[in-house]
Amino acid sequence: MIGVEHYIIVSAILFVLGVLGIFLNRKNIIVILMSIELILLSVNINMVAFSAFLGDLVGQVFAMFILTVAAAEAAIGLAILMIYFRGRGTIAVDDANQMKG
Amino acid sequence: MSYATSLYLTGAEIGLSVSGLVLLLVTAWMGEKAGRGITIAAVAALFGALFFNVSLFDGGAAGVAFGGLFLADGFAVFAKSLVYIATIACLIVAPRYFNGHAEYRGEYPVLMLFNAVGMGMMVSATDLMTLYIGLEMSSLSSYVLASFARRNEKSSEAGLKYFVLGGLASGIILYGVSLVYGFSGTTSYDGIRAAFTADFSTGAMFGVVFVLAGVAFKIAAVPFHMWTPDVYEGAPTPVTAFFASAPKVAAVAMLVRLATGPFGGQVEAWQQIVIFAALASIVVGALGAIGQQNLKRLLAYSSINNVGFILIGLAAATPEGISGVMVYLSIYVFMTIGSFVALLMLRDAEGNALSTFDDISGLSTTSPALAWCLLALMFSLAGIPPLFGFWGKFVVFQAAVQADMIALAAIGIAASVIGAFYYIKFIKVMFFDEPKGAAPAKAPVSHWGVLALSVAVISPLGYLLTPWLGNLADAAAQALFYAA
Repeated sequence: MIGVEHYIIVSAILFVLGVLGIFLNRKNIIVILMSIELILLSVNINMVAFSAFLGDLVGQVFAMFILTVAAAEAAIGLAILMIYFRGRGTIAVDDANQMKG
Repeated sequence: MSYATSLYLTGAEIGLSVSGLVLLLVTAWMGEKAGRGITIAAVAALFGALFFNVSLFDGGAAGVAFGGLFLADGFAVFAKSLVYIATIACLIVAPRYFNGHAEYRGEYPVLMLFNAVGMGMMVSATDLMTLYIGLEMSSLSSYVLASFARRNEKSSEAGLKYFVLGGLASGIILYGVSLVYGFSGTTSYDGIRAAFTADFSTGAMFGVVFVLAGVAFKIAAVPFHMWTPDVYEGAPTPVTAFFASAPKVAAVAMLVRLATGPFGGQVEAWQQIVIFAALASIVVGALGAIGQQNLKRLLAYSSINNVGFILIGLAAATPEGISGVMVYLSIYVFMTIGSFVALLMLRDAEGNALSTFDDISGLSTTSPALAWCLLALMFSLAGIPPLFGFWGKFVVFQAAVQADMIALAAIGIAASVIGAFYYIKFIKVMFFDEPKGAAPAKAPVSHWGVLALSVAVISPLGYLLTPWLGNLADAAAQALFYAA
């Protein structure tokens, strides 16, 4: 029998993978955008699992909101990445170093 | 409760959303020429929202709208008024700044309007769902604003960094929210408070910690402050002024409501975290600023430092502490807008920013009025008595001492002495060094107007406001603790 703990563990693993993807990735900014999506999706697993096990619809409504906002966030992220690439000609993480101090 | 009441209570947000949408259409129709007109219309809309909001306060109604999703109480009205005032100030200075760079477009005021809607929802949220939507509405428009000077590589890099770290922060808040929901079975603040009083499980504790960590990102509190200097330096200066004022007020107000409302039954759980973040912010803000040459970076560390003082008031977890937070925020908004507007007025005849200490040396001979305004602002930020900045620090420390947190207050005061070093460095460079670079060009009236108003508020004249401000802040804090 699969209980709510299994869902929480899966989502925790995905969340940690997403956070590590942001901090350990030294190559490509697109990968960072993917990691942010992974974090949001791990939250959605949590929300839907809790909603199902609590018998409460709010979690699923919340998951819908998260999906919508994630789409908007991805669009804005890619747009900013575009203007960044136009100016710099690269999307390598290590090249984002105009400001230091 | 009818829909009419709900719509009335959310009138400011609805008005701003509708005007934002209409102005967006107008911008799309009229092209780049419309920027200035759209700005005036947006400022008018924000003034309308401000007056409507104040009229809600006069009614004294603490009204719940949309079945407990949204609350218009004294606290929300106070925080929203501050947010709208800060947004108006940052909007007024924008067109003339960007025209120097020939990059001003009508989308800028529209984004500010949507940001203001999001911030209003953040401070009024009494449900985690409203909180999330408000937070994202404010954050998403902030990312775009940070990268608004598209041809400037620093600006696009600032936007990118803000986006990545802001996205991470939202993810962390959201993970916390999902755990809080799972362990309390509800997303409404009242429900969470009721669920979190009896047995408080480890999972729920994790949820609270994640939510607090994510909010700490948004208010740039240590240890989640690393994006602040880069974003503040890279973003166009009017946008930096905005980031340092309005969204910070909204995020702090949201944090205060979360801490006293849904997590109010578990003060021990968050108090340690807030105390640590407060001390670390004060110390890192003070020490980090010392070596900085770039003025915007330096003010970024100064804002980290100020967040620490604000959090001291929250750490006290008493009505006096929350009232102190609100007073500090009101003064801080004027200080920070004033100093960033002064920075954006520092430009040579070609429109290049004078951005380092070398550029402003001897400013008292080349532009005495600006130098004296900066002097007042820096002394006020340092908390030196005749100026109003002192009062903010005083009420916060007083609340901490009354709550038996004498060690916290003592360390805070010691660190604010360290902080005074770099504020006074401004004075030394401006008044006692020889002029090196070009003299700043003449600044437009709109910039002088905003600067003069901010300096008037933080000057000793500001003390005339203390009884009034104190009463409003007390009423705001009481609204929170009465509901709780």
